[in-house]
Amino acid sequence: MSISSQDARQEGRYSFDSFDSQLLKRFLKEMLRIRVFEQRAEELTLSGKVVGGVHLAIGQEAVAVGVMMALKEEDYVTGPHRGHHILIAKGLETSKLMAELLGKETGIVGGRGGSMHMADASKGMLGVNGIVGASIVIATGAAFTAQYLIRDQAAVAFFGDGGANKGQFHESLNMASIFKLPAIYVCENNQYAVETSVEYSTAAEHIADRGAGYRMPGVIVDGLDVLDVYSAAKEARLRAGSGEGPTLIEAKTYRFKGHSIGDLENYRTREEVQEWMKNDPIIRLKLSMEELGLLDENGWNAMKTEVEQEIEAAVQFAVNSPEPNVETVMDHNFSAEVTEHA
Amino acid sequence: MRELTYASAYAEAIREEMERDPNIFVLGTDIRIRGGHFGQLKDIGKTFGHKRVVDTPISEAAMVGMSLGAALTGLRPICDLNFEDFYLGAMDEVVNQIAKVQYKFNGQFKCPVIIRASSGAARSTGPQHSQSFEAWFAHTPGLYVAMPSTPEDIKGLMKTALRGSNPVIFSTHKMLSSLKGHVPEHDYAIPFGQAKIVKPGSDVTIATYSIMVSKSLQAAAVLEKQGISAEVIDLRTIAPLDLDRIAQSVRKTKRLVIAHEAYRHGGIGAEIAASIGETVFDYLDAPIMRVGSKHSVMPVSPILQDAITPNQNDVIAAVNSVMEGVKV
Repeated sequence: MSISSQDARQEGRYSFDSFDSQLLKRFLKEMLRIRVFEQRAEELTLSGKVVGGVHLAIGQEAVAVGVMMALKEEDYVTGPHRGHHILIAKGLETSKLMAELLGKETGIVGGRGGSMHMADASKGMLGVNGIVGASIVIATGAAFTAQYLIRDQAAVAFFGDGGANKGQFHESLNMASIFKLPAIYVCENNQYAVETSVEYSTAAEHIADRGAGYRMPGVIVDGLDVLDVYSAAKEARLRAGSGEGPTLIEAKTYRFKGHSIGDLENYRTREEVQEWMKNDPIIRLKLSMEELGLLDENGWNAMKTEVEQEIEAAVQFAVNSPEPNVETVMDHNFSAEVTEHA
Repeated sequence: MRELTYASAYAEAIREEMERDPNIFVLGTDIRIRGGHFGQLKDIGKTFGHKRVVDTPISEAAMVGMSLGAALTGLRPICDLNFEDFYLGAMDEVVNQIAKVQYKFNGQFKCPVIIRASSGAARSTGPQHSQSFEAWFAHTPGLYVAMPSTPEDIKGLMKTALRGSNPVIFSTHKMLSSLKGHVPEHDYAIPFGQAKIVKPGSDVTIATYSIMVSKSLQAAAVLEKQGISAEVIDLRTIAPLDLDRIAQSVRKTKRLVIAHEAYRHGGIGAEIAASIGETVFDYLDAPIMRVGSKHSVMPVSPILQDAITPNQNDVIAAVNSVMEGVKV
């Protein structure tokens, strides 16, 4: 495995031919599902239907999809406040996620969490989080469980370049490394923590370089290239599963939208955004597949229609769902489970 | 009758529960060999080994956050922070994460994280090793706060914590570590939210917990000689808080003094006083009095430390003031 500061393509981490067309179609479709979901979420936010803050990950789809496809279904995942792409890639139902954005009873957490606090225990999704850096410590604990119970499970923490500057990052990486926990730390370096650029906020040239300080591989991937992300995550998952310990992956990526909906974006230029958008991870994969004859216009249109229908159904489900029952407002502050033996 | 110290009764609870449930483990610093800074887990490391008694680096955020991740995925961590002051490196994990995780995810997860630490002033522990933060924790929805005052209670309350599904801030007092007392031989657990009358009385109610229970009992003995009969209630947990028991007692005694070592200013005593004022005001024959620490950083000098922390004389003075004007 490459140790930091190496450009992925120079390393030749993958060759396109080694992927079968079905897998490539899944990558493409998953990214498209996320993109369409987020576009509809943006519209619903602007029309006032969404309750609470929403942080879009448009542009970052390849990171979530690439990592998740490299994992086992039973692996644990945590994420930061910008996490719709992670939740969808982990297999959570788009209808319940959309209903949650609208604060409805049928939402994935019953209208209690909204965009920044969604989770699904049945799918090993331990939640996205409203506090920067928190995803990192929680995944570390989940990795501890996997090791304690001797299960072939890994735990993955997604966090941003902002999260990499919190103490939680450093404490967790050290802890995971000394215990050789099956953890994968995925930094989605989208270049900005709210308005603060990574060049300004981060002393190291690459966040991946910090892996060396904790005696773990620090791998840089092209976060707009789903196959590169997938290839690195696959290696990290192998390491985790074979008891070799944690891996830090830095995905160089970009958010095409602002920090949250309504962001004036006066901290970056339109040109900069457009430059990154030339590498749109969805268009990029689509074009490559077309060039290789793995996808044609009909295939693309059919995929798009299917995805749009799914997300439209999710929107309708959300809009038509009931509001939460006010009588339940105090439920779940504590588990109602009766204490055994007491 | 079997007697154990507060510290060894705690260790006995942990040992018995770890034998019962293989998913219980302890993590903390200097735990496995030393048994913690207060000997609170003496010999536990020897019995259960490094897999279940995990020494960690001094990384409070990761220790507490890791405990949460472990709890969400099926384990039952006991996170030992040694000194209560050390919570501050992990307050995000306690308040923003652990306390909220069951609610914000709509009950999808249980969160049986227990965090133990020693609170209170003791022999010049000074500004950063003597604090009592229970009011902060009790103020936060989603946390249970246990404050045992006796060997019997520390064991019984810890068993309840370890058999329940909720996060518990388990606060033990440094100066109680070597306190001896009766601990039943049979298996027992003490439910949360049930205060105990440790000394019945008829003239005044003293509601208290942790170290101030023994000081209140000493005060009550002195007051008894003066002809004042004080009822001493040990709250045992302050979240949940057994306000019913206090109200019931106040209906009888007509007077209330609340005593805790934590700051009087903004302390849990203020909450109790206000709540009792709201519910049984008509029964009161005197204003409610609170006993607590002066609102100051804790100095190291023993004389200065004593000047800040409350003792039995402060309880006696408070009781005398609520009894004023009453012929006894």
